[in-house]
Amino acid sequence: MKKKLVSVLLCAAMTAGLVAGCGGKAGDTSKGDAKGSVYWLNFKPEADEGLQTLAKEYTEETGVDVKVVTAASGTYSSTLTAEMAKSEAPTLFVVGNQGGVATWKDYCYDLKDTAVYKELTTDDFTLYDESGKACSIGYCYETFGIIVNKTLLDKAGYKTEDIKDFASLKKVADDIHARAGELGFDAFTSSGMDDSSSWRFSGHLANLPLYYEEQADKWTGCPAEIKGTYLDNYKNIWDLYTTDSAVDKTTLATGGYDAEGEFLNGQAVFYQNGSWEYENLSKKYGDDELQMIPIYTGVDGEENQGLCSGTENCWAVNAKASEEDIKATLDFMNWLVTSEKGTTFMAEKFGEIPYKKAAENKNVFFRDAKALMEAGKYSVDWAFNYTPNVDEWRAGVVAALNNYDAGGSWDDVVTAFVDGWATQYKAANE
Amino acid sequence: MAKQVRSHGSATNSKMMRRSIQKWAILFLVPTLASFVIGFVYPFCKGVYLSLCKFTTTEDATFIGFGNYVKAFQDASFVHAFWYTALFAVVSVVLINLFAFLIAYALTQGIRGSNIFRTAFFMPNLIGGIVLGYIWSMIFNGILSRYNTNILMETKYGFWGLIILMCWQQVGYMMIIYIAGLQAVPEDMLEAAKIDGASRAQTLFRVIIPNVMSSITVCLFLTLTNGFKLFDQNLALTAGQPYVFKEGGTVVKTTEMLALNIYSTFYGQNVHARGTAQAKAVLFFILVAGISLIQLRATRRKEVQQ
Repeated sequence: MKKKLVSVLLCAAMTAGLVAGCGGKAGDTSKGDAKGSVYWLNFKPEADEGLQTLAKEYTEETGVDVKVVTAASGTYSSTLTAEMAKSEAPTLFVVGNQGGVATWKDYCYDLKDTAVYKELTTDDFTLYDESGKACSIGYCYETFGIIVNKTLLDKAGYKTEDIKDFASLKKVADDIHARAGELGFDAFTSSGMDDSSSWRFSGHLANLPLYYEEQADKWTGCPAEIKGTYLDNYKNIWDLYTTDSAVDKTTLATGGYDAEGEFLNGQAVFYQNGSWEYENLSKKYGDDELQMIPIYTGVDGEENQGLCSGTENCWAVNAKASEEDIKATLDFMNWLVTSEKGTTFMAEKFGEIPYKKAAENKNVFFRDAKALMEAGKYSVDWAFNYTPNVDEWRAGVVAALNNYDAGGSWDDVVTAFVDGWATQYKAANE
Repeated sequence: MAKQVRSHGSATNSKMMRRSIQKWAILFLVPTLASFVIGFVYPFCKGVYLSLCKFTTTEDATFIGFGNYVKAFQDASFVHAFWYTALFAVVSVVLINLFAFLIAYALTQGIRGSNIFRTAFFMPNLIGGIVLGYIWSMIFNGILSRYNTNILMETKYGFWGLIILMCWQQVGYMMIIYIAGLQAVPEDMLEAAKIDGASRAQTLFRVIIPNVMSSITVCLFLTLTNGFKLFDQNLALTAGQPYVFKEGGTVVKTTEMLALNIYSTFYGQNVHARGTAQAKAVLFFILVAGISLIQLRATRRKEVQQ
């Protein structure tokens, strides 16, 4: 009898799992159906905590369910692919560049003429597909350049005003590097090439040669081939970064360096990164100790160059979601960029947002970007958003730079940059 | 008392009882079968179907036929990854099994502290592949930096680095299987060999190895398939670097193995490549399944029935 009881119980336990698996779902979806609900697949891990709270507040205020899921760093593409296949797919997701548009355009709702679109102050960050559909709109933008520790620069006997172009940047950096022993700090932080840092160079730094080529050749879309006209400038700045630094360049490929840590410890004056670093750096440094200056590479007329401002943070709405969900999502987006609570949150977590009712944010790097623009300098847009098969292309550039650092030829970098572009363009557009 | 027990036992064996067990057997099979179908059969069939499609997400695919397979075969990086993986698999199978067997043999000779040795050799298996890759990358680079280079600079560094890593990780595991096999060699057979005056080498090759053939089958199977399926360690140690840039922009990632090649095709390129990656994955399955079946048949034939 006992045995039978045990076997019946075991049987029940095994089948219970299946029943529970099917049963759970029915209950929790019923709530928001009438109004539609929002599912935001978020791209920035650092904003997750804030977003969860904000989602709850929005639900309390309006009764609309908002679910926020954050993909782990570096896995957005795979998470999005998996989530989109589900019956309850994200209604709000991130399509940050032309490559993303090529992949996801069928899933992008045309945002043109929506209420939230009309709140935009600029169309600069809107991504269109070839049919002219507004696939995604920027929800914040960022700026990058060379972050300067002004206290250290001062100690070395210079001011940021001394740096006006590549020649003066090199003069200052060379001098600091030469006196590093006596000063106790070096010019540049390490330029590590592991995955956590290489995008600063294969992505952001590479933006400069790409931007100048974009301007010279008047790109209107992603070019099938690029010329690499400004790669000598890229070499200038890369050589400067890797020479005037405390670490041996042959160890950059695998050294596992922590450039942010070096900057925070006051080991170097210059650190190439972006406005998103403000939150971390401001914990240690006061606003008057930090300044972001343009990345000079030795291009003619660059004394009028400003910071590199642009974004990869662009919202797309899932066109395959139900009508109610699309509406709920658009309302939510609109709330984020118009309501007081929403805009305050956006300013705190995402920085500068290109919307009419944006709240003021305290990030000094945007102050620097604006100051440069007001002084009549031109802002450098994010030409790298055109990069075809961006991960593969960058991986090639990183591998070639590693080879160059170890004593290889610069020609490989040129090949990876120029021929790599053509190859990836072909692969992406076959 | 005794009578009661017997009557209870006969009740279980009675025809009626057996029939009802047979009736219930299907129910007992359901959970296992369901998980097999959900976790293997369905994804596998879907994967094969997707390899014939163009798709962005798996739920939204358009059938296009065999184009993906044509592209997969034309892809120079896939062909390179295939040969590189094959070379890696051969070298790693030989080295891992050789070391594992030697260590197992040494540790069954009654050395003092052999349990500690066994534990120590087995331990690397408990560490995940990604972590191992990064740890070893530090070790290798620590050494190579003395010569002003690093593991990402030369294909041969990446290759032998991965071999060392895999040996370090897998030798212990295979050793355990060999030890189990060695301990199961009948004592009387060894004794008979000794009495007949067989030398140590003769005992090893004529008595012990034929008797542990079933362990060899298992170990060869595991190391061979592990060699082909390797992903984490490959990604963490070199991720395919160094690259060779050929004229015309073709990039060959010289240390990229098959699984990593499939992964980077799927996620690194545009949507059209997802079908190609899926086709590569199906080819990959056929390859690994085919090779391991051949290997199983070949070594099974040499097994001794005890």
